[in-house]
Amino acid sequence: MTDQAYNFAYLDEQTKRMIRRAILKGLAIPGYQVPFASREMPMPYGWGTGGVQVSAAVLTPEDTLKVIDQGADDTTNAVSIRSFFERTAGVATTTATDEATVIQTRHRIPEVPLREGQILVYQVPIPEPLRFLEPRESETRKMHSLEEYGLMHVKLYEDISRHGHIATSYAYPVRVEGRYVMDPSPIPKFDNPKLGEMAAIQLFGAGREQRIYALPPYTQVVSLDFEDHPFEASKADQCCGLCGATDSYLDEVIVDDAGGRMFVCSDTDFCTARQAAGHRGQDAA
Amino acid sequence: MTAMDQITSTATNPAQATPLLSVRELSKRYGSHIGCTDISFDLYPGEVMGIVGESGSGKSTLLNCMAGHIAPDTGQVIFETRADGPRDTVTMSEPERRMLGRTDWAFVHQHARDGLRMGVSAGGNVGERLMAVGARHYGDIRAQATDWLDRVEIDPARIDDRPTTFSGGMQQRLQIARNLVTGPRLVFMDEPTGGLDVSVQARLLDLVRGLVRDMGLSAIIVTHDLAVVRLLADRLMVMKSGRVVEAGLTDQVLDDPQHAYSQLLVSSVLQV
Ligand SMILES: Nc1ncnc2c1ncn2[C@@H]1O[C@H](COP(=O)(O)OP(=O)(O)OP(=O)(O)O)[C@@H](O)[C@H]1O
Ligand SMILES: [Mg+2]
Repeated sequence: MTDQAYNFAYLDEQTKRMIRRAILKGLAIPGYQVPFASREMPMPYGWGTGGVQVSAAVLTPEDTLKVIDQGADDTTNAVSIRSFFERTAGVATTTATDEATVIQTRHRIPEVPLREGQILVYQVPIPEPLRFLEPRESETRKMHSLEEYGLMHVKLYEDISRHGHIATSYAYPVRVEGRYVMDPSPIPKFDNPKLGEMAAIQLFGAGREQRIYALPPYTQVVSLDFEDHPFEASKADQCCGLCGATDSYLDEVIVDDAGGRMFVCSDTDFCTARQAAGHRGQDAA
Repeated sequence: MTAMDQITSTATNPAQATPLLSVRELSKRYGSHIGCTDISFDLYPGEVMGIVGESGSGKSTLLNCMAGHIAPDTGQVIFETRADGPRDTVTMSEPERRMLGRTDWAFVHQHARDGLRMGVSAGGNVGERLMAVGARHYGDIRAQATDWLDRVEIDPARIDDRPTTFSGGMQQRLQIARNLVTGPRLVFMDEPTGGLDVSVQARLLDLVRGLVRDMGLSAIIVTHDLAVVRLLADRLMVMKSGRVVEAGLTDQVLDDPQHAYSQLLVSSVLQV
């Protein structure tokens, strides 16, 4: 039941129009960070206010929403955002990736390939990939406009010199259509290959930083690297203890007071569906 | 032909040589205040030009106008580009000018921290310009960084240390390595030895002199220190109140200054 005190999806129509304009601009210039006037949301920054505003602007009453946090539908953050939209938009919600039309995510891309007609909305804490080495906003903006991206490789160089390999494992920078360098939000680099040529629309919202960027369907996305240190989409060299999957991104979880550990799929929907289909891992009850 | 042009073309250079840099009637005001005004001179390949003058005389303003860091109000800065011959860098597009700034031009700041990335290792600092022009082989970048640390007398074992752990002299040498790694043709230096101990200054000057000679660099060096120009500069411009009051071969100007202000300067009354 929609709470009548709110406009559909909480934001007023004018604000949603403003956000949609930013989204359209972002889709027209893949990887470019579009400034937008971020609104106060009834949740603190760091809880995905950028993603929530983007979701609010794209949701229609017919949509089915899925919200994940680090791959899981049942964490506090995911649950509270899902119930926020149940309350303010009255939309149907689901945990099944293939049933959802809009998926808001923090830190993961679902394992099941997304399809045309779906929208993946990322919560982004720091949209500027150059920020790490160049704190001046005026300068990073110029670097983007002039395609001066040598600094991104300085960051990777520093990684290799310190660790012997590119140790960046989250928020791994990418180049979009040979033009803009983009921060894919703190997804594991395991997910980077899924960014490119994806059938679904990908939208990125940064609330505190007031930026929206986007990847339209079937966009070329390349992870930065060196010739002699090529990009690798790594994951733990294990299989899921519950469903036995060998090709999904795994979280290491502590299972008892004695420090016992197991690896499980971070994508809970993927894992549940596999178990329902009869797959079993070595730690399954 | 002005007196200065005459000095230029009859000094160290054959008449037929093309200047690497031609500055024409360059002026920059800050509001109603003069930064520098009506500056014209030619710099030939392999030449080192010194700019001296008291504090506030407009040396840094002139240098920054030439290097494209600040936009002059009027005038031209014509650089002999590799691809297209002489181009006015004041009116060229910003991307072109910035490209020059990380390829054929180098800028050495007085304070190393203005010219270095203090949060990045020495190797990363030297490698940045290589990566900026497209180097994508880690091993090659590292090899060149190692080589350059060695050339500026920094122990290559320090390659992964941050410049914050370096002495002032080492930081300045690292800044030089970082600038020269892409083989620029023209180096702008603003008081490169300022703020360093005298013994450290001497070593740095020796190093710069060797690099200028070995690489056939052209350079424009701003300094308070007449010893610096005596050692490094082929020619000299003396500035006062935003204007060049005297210009000529270094030895001539220092040994036989014509302008009253140059005489004062040389008699060391004004040496800082
Ligand atoms: N950003 C600025 N705004 C206003 N005035 C400025 C600015 N920068 C320099 N000036 C003025 O322009 C004049 C020339 O300054 P400039 O810094 O070029 O001198 P300088 O010869 O490099 O001096 P120093 O030896 O102290 O470095 C001075 O009078 C200075 O006060
Ligand atoms: Mg100065």
